[in-house]
Amino acid sequence: MAIVLEARELVKRYGHVTALDGTDFELRTSEILAVIGDNGAGKSTLIKALAGALIPDSGEILLDGRLVHFKSPIDARRGGIETVYQDLAVAPAMSIAENLFLGREIRRSGLPGSVLRMLDKPRMVRESAAHMADLKIGVGSMTQPVETLSGGQRQCVAVARSAAFARHVVIMDEPTAALGVKESGMVLELIRRVRDRGLAVVLISHNMPHVFEIADRIHVQRLGKRVALVNPKQISMSDTVAVMTGALRPDELSARAVAGSALA
Amino acid sequence: MRLRVPRPATLGPLLALGVACAFFAVQSDRFWTGDNLSLVLQQVMVVGVIAIGQTLIILTAGVDLSCGTVMALGGIVMTKFATELGLPVAAAIAAGLAVTTLLGAVNGLLVSRIKLPPFIVTLGTLNIAFAITQLYSHAQTISELPEGMTALGGTFRLGGTTVVYGVVLMLALYALTWFALRETAAGRHVYAVGNNPEAARLTGIATHRVLLGVYVIAGILYGVAAVLSVARTGVGDPNAGQTDNLDAITAVVLGGTSLFGGRGAVLGSLLGALIVGVFRNGLTLMGVSSVYQILITGILVILAVGTDQLSRRGAA
Repeated sequence: MAIVLEARELVKRYGHVTALDGTDFELRTSEILAVIGDNGAGKSTLIKALAGALIPDSGEILLDGRLVHFKSPIDARRGGIETVYQDLAVAPAMSIAENLFLGREIRRSGLPGSVLRMLDKPRMVRESAAHMADLKIGVGSMTQPVETLSGGQRQCVAVARSAAFARHVVIMDEPTAALGVKESGMVLELIRRVRDRGLAVVLISHNMPHVFEIADRIHVQRLGKRVALVNPKQISMSDTVAVMTGALRPDELSARAVAGSALA
Repeated sequence: MRLRVPRPATLGPLLALGVACAFFAVQSDRFWTGDNLSLVLQQVMVVGVIAIGQTLIILTAGVDLSCGTVMALGGIVMTKFATELGLPVAAAIAAGLAVTTLLGAVNGLLVSRIKLPPFIVTLGTLNIAFAITQLYSHAQTISELPEGMTALGGTFRLGGTTVVYGVVLMLALYALTWFALRETAAGRHVYAVGNNPEAARLTGIATHRVLLGVYVIAGILYGVAAVLSVARTGVGDPNAGQTDNLDAITAVVLGGTSLFGGRGAVLGSLLGALIVGVFRNGLTLMGVSSVYQILITGILVILAVGTDQLSRRGAA
């Protein structure tokens, strides 16, 4: 499978703290790559660098094999990378359709659009409904405020927004963190459908059962580096956690457990 | 086009206004007459226009305490420029508008770029605008204005009732803002910024530009309010608008706009301003002293915020 997003030897320092210490990253098309690591391992920093939310001090990022320099999340979005942030990044009092098209509103055609700058609300509602149906998200009316939805449904709206506009990659930061069992299942199912539509998904999660349930490969981050890239079907959860916490050295893993290319 | 049912947000204030009107119509024969209702509109037109700017700012989860004194400064600048400097009326008004817009921009830059709390920023500009107004006017009222300066205070007759031009301007500004907030992306972004600024920023909305824009537009509206105030009183008054900040906030809150931002409607603020105007007018007609009017206004605000909070808690 082709590599869609790659990072080489990313470094990011905050004063005396080295958040990223020459980390590598590799994401293939149509896969769910889980990124795990203890607190302070540099997961968030890595993801922010890939999403354009911060600029690494050194190292390179390649999107579709081409070197990119994201200066802002908007640059990353233009490149086809969408990010779903942890704290349910929706505007609660606004409707589902408005949230889906927030910042990318569609204007009416002709004079009402160009002179009066009127929005094409019916079209946005129509397209939202089609998109949500496509992802099999059942939430009723597109004009109801997001705050009337459950936590899981809100997260689905946030994921659907990213999936709608991403061309290459969707990054999800702890998408099931605040959710109950049933709601988590709904979001995980949605993440699978997003992958099955051909997008590459990066999933940051602390929840090992969720990671093992849906990840195709697992990127283990430790002390600012990628220490292992493993295949969840060939490694136990406890071994993975042991690598993550440093209790097990990556070279002690069986060759089968290791997934993908060159490792640090 | 389909008829839209008013949202619950403006339904409450509409009912309150209806009940208040019915009550005063029963209490006083003079209340429900064309000329008296026209007077109510004329009395609320200045605060009404200020409340538009205040609504925009409160929708972004901000507040503007400086609106009244900024308006007073605008009024002094335009009247002094027209009298002492002898500038043409249009140029003098433009200068006044420029000053209020500038102060709006100062508020906006401090809030959006330096990220200072709007309450503190506008408390500062409230005092600054007040002091400049007093210094520049030497605390003197400016009178003997050229005729064009008070043109918006003129009236025309509509179905046997006199209507002030300024009231028409106020209503037009409400219609324009209503349209922009509802139907344009820029308007929806105002709501998004008030709702969840971080989410708005992450979706690519230039949130600092939205904030700056809102404060600048509010500044322009305070300039328009200054023109209306001058037209209504016929003088440039350095002590104008001193309670207009609280009156405007009262109108916005009575109109159902949430002080936490992101929820509400500008037409609600018009209703809120009218509710206050109707109460003042009706109580005056009943011979109730103005101190009681202030008392009742205070109670109204607390009632409005209270029902708003309770209904949200009930819904959640």
